[in-house]
Amino acid sequence: MEIKASMAGNVWKITVQQGEAVEEGQDVVILESMKMEIPIASEEKGILKEWKVQEGDFVNEGDTMAIVE
Amino acid sequence: MSIEKELERRIEKIKKGGKQKYHDSNAEKGKLFARERIHLLFDSHEILEDGLFANAMDEDLPADGVITVTGKINGQTVCAMANDSTVKAGSWGQRTVEKILRIQETAERLEVPMIYLVDSAGARITDQIDMFPGRRGAGRIFYNQIKLSGRVPQVCLLFGPSAAGGAYIPAFCDIVIMVDGNASMYLGSPRMAEKVIGEKVSLEEMGGAKMHCTTSGVGDVLVDTEEEAIQFTQKYLTYFPANFRKKPKQIDSVEPKAFDKPISEIIPENQNAAFNMYDLIDRTIDEGSFYEIKKRFAPELITGLARVGGRSVGIIANQPRVKGGVLFTDSADKAAKFIQLCDAFEIPLLFLTDVPGFMIGTRVEKQGIIRHGAKMLFAMSEVTVPKISVIVRKAYGAGLYAMSGPAFDPDCCLAFPNAQIAVMGPEAAVNAVEANKIAKLPEEERAAYIQEKQAAYKENIDIYRLASEMIIDDIIDPDQLRQELISRFAIYQNKNKQFTERKHGVYPV
Repeated sequence: MEIKASMAGNVWKITVQQGEAVEEGQDVVILESMKMEIPIASEEKGILKEWKVQEGDFVNEGDTMAIVE
Repeated sequence: MSIEKELERRIEKIKKGGKQKYHDSNAEKGKLFARERIHLLFDSHEILEDGLFANAMDEDLPADGVITVTGKINGQTVCAMANDSTVKAGSWGQRTVEKILRIQETAERLEVPMIYLVDSAGARITDQIDMFPGRRGAGRIFYNQIKLSGRVPQVCLLFGPSAAGGAYIPAFCDIVIMVDGNASMYLGSPRMAEKVIGEKVSLEEMGGAKMHCTTSGVGDVLVDTEEEAIQFTQKYLTYFPANFRKKPKQIDSVEPKAFDKPISEIIPENQNAAFNMYDLIDRTIDEGSFYEIKKRFAPELITGLARVGGRSVGIIANQPRVKGGVLFTDSADKAAKFIQLCDAFEIPLLFLTDVPGFMIGTRVEKQGIIRHGAKMLFAMSEVTVPKISVIVRKAYGAGLYAMSGPAFDPDCCLAFPNAQIAVMGPEAAVNAVEANKIAKLPEEERAAYIQEKQAAYKENIDIYRLASEMIIDDIIDPDQLRQELISRFAIYQNKNKQFTERKHGVYPV
């Protein structure tokens, strides 16, 4: 499953590292957009397989940020 | 056989609907027979049916594939039509259409809600001249719906397909409840799309219930079973009067259950941190009274029916947990329709504001965020029902306006003690005004300078100052919100307001 950016903004804080387990509904990254912190949760339980972005990167709405398996 | 027996035999035969194999295949999909749906929806079996013998000369078309009835739901008279998908897939012939028109016209005369139980393949092509183009053709169904809109509540329960032109029935209803897996809406089927434009997609992708309730916004409520759809409808109608002339019934107030944390402890002090607006709603409304509309669509804005002190209230609330609570094209669109729905049927409005503004950037400009935002402002301005605006945390830019800020004639604009109202937040404002100066400063001095300027800015927009300037009407203790709302909605219930005199505004759609 892909973790996608819900809106345009900057990747502010990655809260789950590659290889770690994630629960359904758990926040894995916080974006910063419109001066707000935007938490993004995993929709499924699994292992965070890969980050496609780093902290500080700009992402557009719909961009894939990570893969959860 | 006696005359009476013969009548009974004929009635029984028609009431069985189409061939057994169609009943069986429906049952496999978890679909109930149309008559069963009606019996579950209505209070009792005292249901008046007209047009049972429509097309009775044709053995294959019992009731011509649609059941039209008047009965009671929650003791309130209601009209309904139900497609029978065991009869030629619920398709519309000339008498099918005429029956639908007549029950709509009955709803109009009686000024009672009109319910559409839809499960139909669309037009019966073989009958098209009789049912499609004329004055009493299918187009008249939509014309009638538009005429009924805002006069009486119109609800669509989508149990199966609603294809091509038929897809406009849901579109003109106040609310569309879709059963996951079975309900679908589309102008052109996947088969037609492949032939005409070369696109290959599944029915679910093209017009499934999940797609419409999350992406297109044509669906409002996603449910798993038909029973659930029926229960939702019964509950939904309790929030509404029978027609626009009346007010919703007030029932006994139910206190919210006790929570560990009061409202004052769930709202983070840091304006930029997210919190869950549902936590605030749960602590404010009567327990178990929240019926959310479009929960999955544009979730950065919450819209739903609730009760506050037993009174029907429409809630429009920013959700900082999703997309920071920023307003987008879809959220503005969602708000505009919900506000219109509540205003049409005398349901007071409560705005719970925590909004950083409307989204910016090329993507939303191309989507026309200005006109979509304008639509929300338009709907919110025109309402004549009681309207209370509560600034929970922040109201920046046009977000303040869209959420019924002071200029838009709310009956009152209240704020929590740490609320901020401004053109933009402190970070953005200092950046906008001081950018050149900051750039010229030695790097080690910048942070302190920015902090100092932000503090000065915050002081300038301090909520006590805004109250002193009478921009807001009162500052309230967050933990007293429920009591405050109960008292204020009671006071405002008899407000007398006409927005303005004219034929109608020119809607920025």
